[in-house]
Amino acid sequence: MAELASILTATAVGFIARLYMLRTDYRQYPSYPQGYVIHLSIGLIASFLGAVAVPALLAENYEAATFLALAATQFREVRKIERETLSSLEPLELIPRGNAYIEGIARVFEARNYLAGGTSLITSIVCLNLARLWPLETAVVGGAAGGFLTMWFLNRMMVGKKVGDIARVRAAAVHFDGPYLMVEDVIIMNVGLKEARQRFLQDGIGVLIEPVDPDSKATLANLGQRQAILHDVSSLLGIQMDVGEPEFMPLLRRHRETGALAMVIVPAEKNTEALLEAVRRTPVLESAVRRPLAAKAGRLADSHRE
Amino acid sequence: MIAEDKTVAGGGAPIFYVSSPEEKERLARYISRITQGMVHDLTNGVYIIVRH
Repeated sequence: MAELASILTATAVGFIARLYMLRTDYRQYPSYPQGYVIHLSIGLIASFLGAVAVPALLAENYEAATFLALAATQFREVRKIERETLSSLEPLELIPRGNAYIEGIARVFEARNYLAGGTSLITSIVCLNLARLWPLETAVVGGAAGGFLTMWFLNRMMVGKKVGDIARVRAAAVHFDGPYLMVEDVIIMNVGLKEARQRFLQDGIGVLIEPVDPDSKATLANLGQRQAILHDVSSLLGIQMDVGEPEFMPLLRRHRETGALAMVIVPAEKNTEALLEAVRRTPVLESAVRRPLAAKAGRLADSHRE
Repeated sequence: MIAEDKTVAGGGAPIFYVSSPEEKERLARYISRITQGMVHDLTNGVYIIVRH
């Protein structure tokens, strides 16, 4: 009886955890019911597996426990599917996400299933332990509480850094030097058409992203990271461009000495504060993170410049 | 390529000679839209249209 209650509670809590992680967020994905259903059903399976693990061990049913390992393969499949879906949609994005960002998203979706499974595992352990001493109702409530605590904790752990944490993001003046579009002293590109120059001056917003240390300088230099910033910003603010107008494709160029990134975008909504916020909230991609300061050579290079 | 002066542009890419800066601007815009290319100004009176 206690086992059954524990399995049900743990599955439910794990499922709620997966549901909680399924908010449509800055990635704007998934955003349709079918997508939700797919992830929720796999999340349900994951939480069920987490829930039966301990009862299976207690019943000395070791074969059942080894099935857990098998499940991990299934979740890796989730990552593959996410990657394939997003990659195949990539040519249809006005501003592509870039492979690095897709890889990051796919990894998050895989990890969320493990988190759901982990949450229900903890729930069932707490629930079964409490059931030995207290009545079943208390055990169920206690288990659920433990599960929610785990969920909260795991979610806090999973929050990665944002661009705003590793760089100062500020608005900067857009101007032209002959045909060259510039943001302060960084050249962005050569714009030939007078009409296009006019539009840049009128509706364009310039942004400078200044890294705070050599680590973030190296991270921001990553092309995948830059593409992610461009995608997020343009999907959140919209851009004034259509297919066949490459002038207005937002670009991030790097200041060759300071490593600061300069961007010009002609957004659909001209709102500098919103733009800066969108840049600051772009996640730092796992695959872009570099830590030269962790190595001796990197620290030496930082402390002495000849 | 779109040029005003016949002495500065020559070579493999199609070249359009125009008579005035306005004409150059207009032609550059049309051709860039049709080819989905981007107009760059070489500052010597020549525009080139490049597909990136």
